[in-house]
Amino acid sequence: MKRTFADLHLRTNTTDLRQVAMLTAKAAELGYKMVSTPLPPTMNLDEIRRLKAKCGEFGLDFASRLDIRPRNQNELLTQLRKMRRRFEIICVLCESKETARQAAKDRRVDLLSFPSLDYRRRFFDCAEAELAKGGNAALEIDTKPLLVLEGPQRVRFLSTLRREVSIALEFRVPVVISSGAAEPLLLRKPMETAMLTSLFGLQISKALDAISTNPVGMVERNRAKLKTDFVAPGIRQVKEGNR
Amino acid sequence: MKRIKRRYLLLEYEVDGAIEEHAFMATIWAAFYKLYGEHGASLANLAPINFDCGDKKAIIRTNLAVVDNIRTAIASITFLAGKPIAVHVTAVSGTIRGLIKKALS
Repeated sequence: MKRTFADLHLRTNTTDLRQVAMLTAKAAELGYKMVSTPLPPTMNLDEIRRLKAKCGEFGLDFASRLDIRPRNQNELLTQLRKMRRRFEIICVLCESKETARQAAKDRRVDLLSFPSLDYRRRFFDCAEAELAKGGNAALEIDTKPLLVLEGPQRVRFLSTLRREVSIALEFRVPVVISSGAAEPLLLRKPMETAMLTSLFGLQISKALDAISTNPVGMVERNRAKLKTDFVAPGIRQVKEGNR
Repeated sequence: MKRIKRRYLLLEYEVDGAIEEHAFMATIWAAFYKLYGEHGASLANLAPINFDCGDKKAIIRTNLAVVDNIRTAIASITFLAGKPIAVHVTAVSGTIRGLIKKALS
């Protein structure tokens, strides 16, 4: 069966529709079928619909995504409570161990992201993976730093990713590979992205899952949850009963 | 002696302005060397076959054993002579005829 490829982390200025169009057109040309970009929390449904329509012009499915950068556990919980039902993907940028642990165990969190260059603040270890496994969160890895970093910084980055990916595979935490690109020239074809991940030890089949099955499955699951007929996982309202 | 199997790669690049074949190949070599070192580069047997500056396409030849490494190295190219560039592998085949057939289909 043909895979549906997704890039859930395009960095665009969502107010600039021309830039959105340029990047999404390139993504479509390279073979992606689903894209997403972090949206501001204040964005209303009409604006999201406009973005979806713009991406639809290129045959792309747009998933709304919110990136949260909480300072502490309470802030994370408050933001999740407020925002979860408004966005299809919630990504938590973990900048402290406290928020990383809370995000990993919270079932409302879809993606865990860590600062690329600050290795001391990449908290994806065995404990984090164990919590993420129970909580449904996936580890997000951007390929942009692989392209722009050079020398010892890239070596360090690769070695960190190799460790994190091996932990994620061991604990069966899904990995999602995104581009993190703000310019069309930093976008790569899905197969090329999969090849790049071989640098940190991800097998080609797992890499293809990380850019197709894992992100697409996550978005579909969340869309089903956001529908009005959703009651609980596996239970949905078929029709209303007579009162 | 065991015959060495080769693969031909059709590349498409995106860059502002024109570039020379020599600079293009040097960039691929540099990217490969940076990622896989001298030993890796010695296994590649990389050679230019065709370079079309107008269509921004090129055909290169390499050993089958290192095709995946070459693809990784090509994906990691971001600059050529100070200009931002992206190089994409469009098709891979064991013969040039097969490569052209794949590219046209």
